[in-house]
Amino acid sequence: MLTVLALMSVALLGIVPEQTEAIVIYTGWERHALVGSDIRLACSFFSWRWTSEDVTFSWTYRPDGSRDSISIFHYTGGAAYVDNKGPFMDRLEFVGNPSRRDGSILIKNLEFSDNGTFTCDAKNPPDIVGRPSSVRLLVFEKVPIQAGVITGAIIGVVLGLLILIVAIYYLMRFLVARRVFSINVSKHGKKKKEGSQQKQLWTPPPVTLYPLP
Amino acid sequence: MLLILLGVLVLHLIILILLIVSTAASAWSVGGERTTDLWYNCMTNNGGYHCKPASNEDWIQAVQALMILSVLFCFFSLIAFVYQLFRLVKGGRFFFTAIFQILASVFVMCGAIIYTVMSPDDWRVEFGYAYILAWVAFPLSLISGLIYIVLRKKE
Repeated sequence: MLTVLALMSVALLGIVPEQTEAIVIYTGWERHALVGSDIRLACSFFSWRWTSEDVTFSWTYRPDGSRDSISIFHYTGGAAYVDNKGPFMDRLEFVGNPSRRDGSILIKNLEFSDNGTFTCDAKNPPDIVGRPSSVRLLVFEKVPIQAGVITGAIIGVVLGLLILIVAIYYLMRFLVARRVFSINVSKHGKKKKEGSQQKQLWTPPPVTLYPLP
Repeated sequence: MLLILLGVLVLHLIILILLIVSTAASAWSVGGERTTDLWYNCMTNNGGYHCKPASNEDWIQAVQALMILSVLFCFFSLIAFVYQLFRLVKGGRFFFTAIFQILASVFVMCGAIIYTVMSPDDWRVEFGYAYILAWVAFPLSLISGLIYIVLRKKE
């Protein structure tokens, strides 16, 4: 992770030689969640400077299909300000740790109208030049079962039962032969060791149909 | 008698082939230019032939599982038949063969019933050949299983 960060910063340095410092912000790409559940949107940044006391985090929200963004969260001067008028009133909570460069927020009790793009912007003075990063939220009514999960489960259970039954059957026969149990073995027993040595020539083994008793 | 042996074996192979075709072909429902289920939904447009995977609903997955299990059990029954043919004691019955074959027929029956009940009602959609093969394979495999119960190795 650190090497990736280092490489990215070197690449940035190579592209823009004048500005030797730029802040890089990381969020997820896409998040899936169920209606009514809570989701934590993570945001962190990388900066060449030490994390200052004036570090700020801002989150803005743009609903799906709309072109307007609305600001829903701001952290500055050591205090977090959450949305108290907009669509996330009383549902937003700050769960990040600014001294550890983490500006994550928690949205509770998701609704379908929360589908949209959340953008995180972090500034670490004097390192303020950087691109905000966006994460897309998708809210589902019910998590769709993946293809093949139920299929595999049914097949696995039935085959497992089959193997178990066959194993128990042979175990019982083994124990009966060893006279651990004394059960009357029926005369229609399967293999007897003596009966299987009769294969001198290959003639098709005779089978016949008996009428039902 | 060689004829009975051959007849029983040929019947078993026919059932196995029917089950494999019914399971593998995605033609349980057809309508217009669409063939759907069990694995792919394919449509013939002006542009060509497009397929996408069948829906993930629970009942379709259950039918898939039951059809696969029926093919497996029919195959196990065939192997058990050949095995018991050479290893069975004289006068013995083909128990394992019969049990596996009857289980295979039960699985096909369950799969076909679930598909019949749960497939969506649409006046443009009819049942395809794979569905019919499943219903044909069910009584054949049941009869075959019963034959194996009655069959005995000659003294």
